[in-house]
Amino acid sequence: MSEPRKGELPDWRDEIFAALKAAEVRQVGYVPDAGHARLIELCRDDPELRAVPLTTEEEGVALAAGAWLGGQRAALLMQSSGVGNCVNMLSLIKTCRFPLVMLVAMRGEWAEFNPWQVPMGSRTQTALELCDVLVYRVERPEEAAETVTAALDIAYNGDLAAAVLLAQRLLGAKRWVK
Amino acid sequence: MIANERRLDRRAAMRTLLESRGDLLLVTGLGSTTWDAAAVGDDDRNFYLWGAMGAAAVIGLGLAIAQPGRRVLVVTGDGEMLMGLGALATIGVQRPPNLAVAVFDNGRYGETGMQASHTEQGVELVAIARACGFKETFDIVDELGLRDFAARVHNAATTLFARVAIRADEPRRVLPPRDGVFLKTRFRRAIGAE
Repeated sequence: MSEPRKGELPDWRDEIFAALKAAEVRQVGYVPDAGHARLIELCRDDPELRAVPLTTEEEGVALAAGAWLGGQRAALLMQSSGVGNCVNMLSLIKTCRFPLVMLVAMRGEWAEFNPWQVPMGSRTQTALELCDVLVYRVERPEEAAETVTAALDIAYNGDLAAAVLLAQRLLGAKRWVK
Repeated sequence: MIANERRLDRRAAMRTLLESRGDLLLVTGLGSTTWDAAAVGDDDRNFYLWGAMGAAAVIGLGLAIAQPGRRVLVVTGDGEMLMGLGALATIGVQRPPNLAVAVFDNGRYGETGMQASHTEQGVELVAIARACGFKETFDIVDELGLRDFAARVHNAATTLFARVAIRADEPRRVLPPRDGVFLKTRFRRAIGAE
């Protein structure tokens, strides 16, 4: 992780990574997303973390459960569309009270170009709440790391599931025409 | 397709896999492999799935990464594995040396009325595992092959995949505890993670 240059604010993605490290997260399951690109890169480059690319987000829910059975903390990185893929698997988390932390890069909201993203993006929070996942939303960069830390705390202190939604306004809408 | 007489008895197969288990950690999938493990004998180091179909193999992956000093065996059914086929690609990339995945394949969805699964129609799980990067795979149709695999689980240097041909029968159900919090907590205590 490169130090920020003098006078430059640290990048919020780097701060989220530092929050994961400080909480002793050891496994990070992810499905690639542009909003998580830098965080994924930082996780992959860190020898203390096992970064596990998934073919679908629900695998990540099972991965986190297995990690905790073995005594390790995990975090999952996904796009809002991936939340829909997790629904049945979240029954594992609720039934066994596994701790779970999901960092969700939002699509289908602020200035979205692609209408196909809107149905899941506009129901991401509702879907998570229906599955008894606590939801915290981040709109501003300075709130990102502390919200991730708070989610890790509540999840791992209380055997609960928590999701941090990183707003599309924060991530910046995808540029379709370069 | 293999005639029923060249298939193994599922309960006997589970017994063979767990015979000299040492400190082996076991994850079983929804549903018949969970009853098979319970029939052999309940153990704090068994994590039984009663739901979350498709989860067994990846739970094994997370556990194997977290506990590199212990051996982890996942035993699940063909239907449960088929629901999470992507897991084989995910595990094929990671390949922790302490993980083995065994699929009891009867070509049937046993819990819902023995309807034919895709493996009955020619889908080959071993070929899929190999194509996903598993370096050591087993297609087991007899006791000798099963014993070979059972020994390898304890000393392999790469993730193993085995398809175990079992008869399409329904032995009496033996039900393990189904309180998920209890199963999780006793497992973690048993390995010193709690």
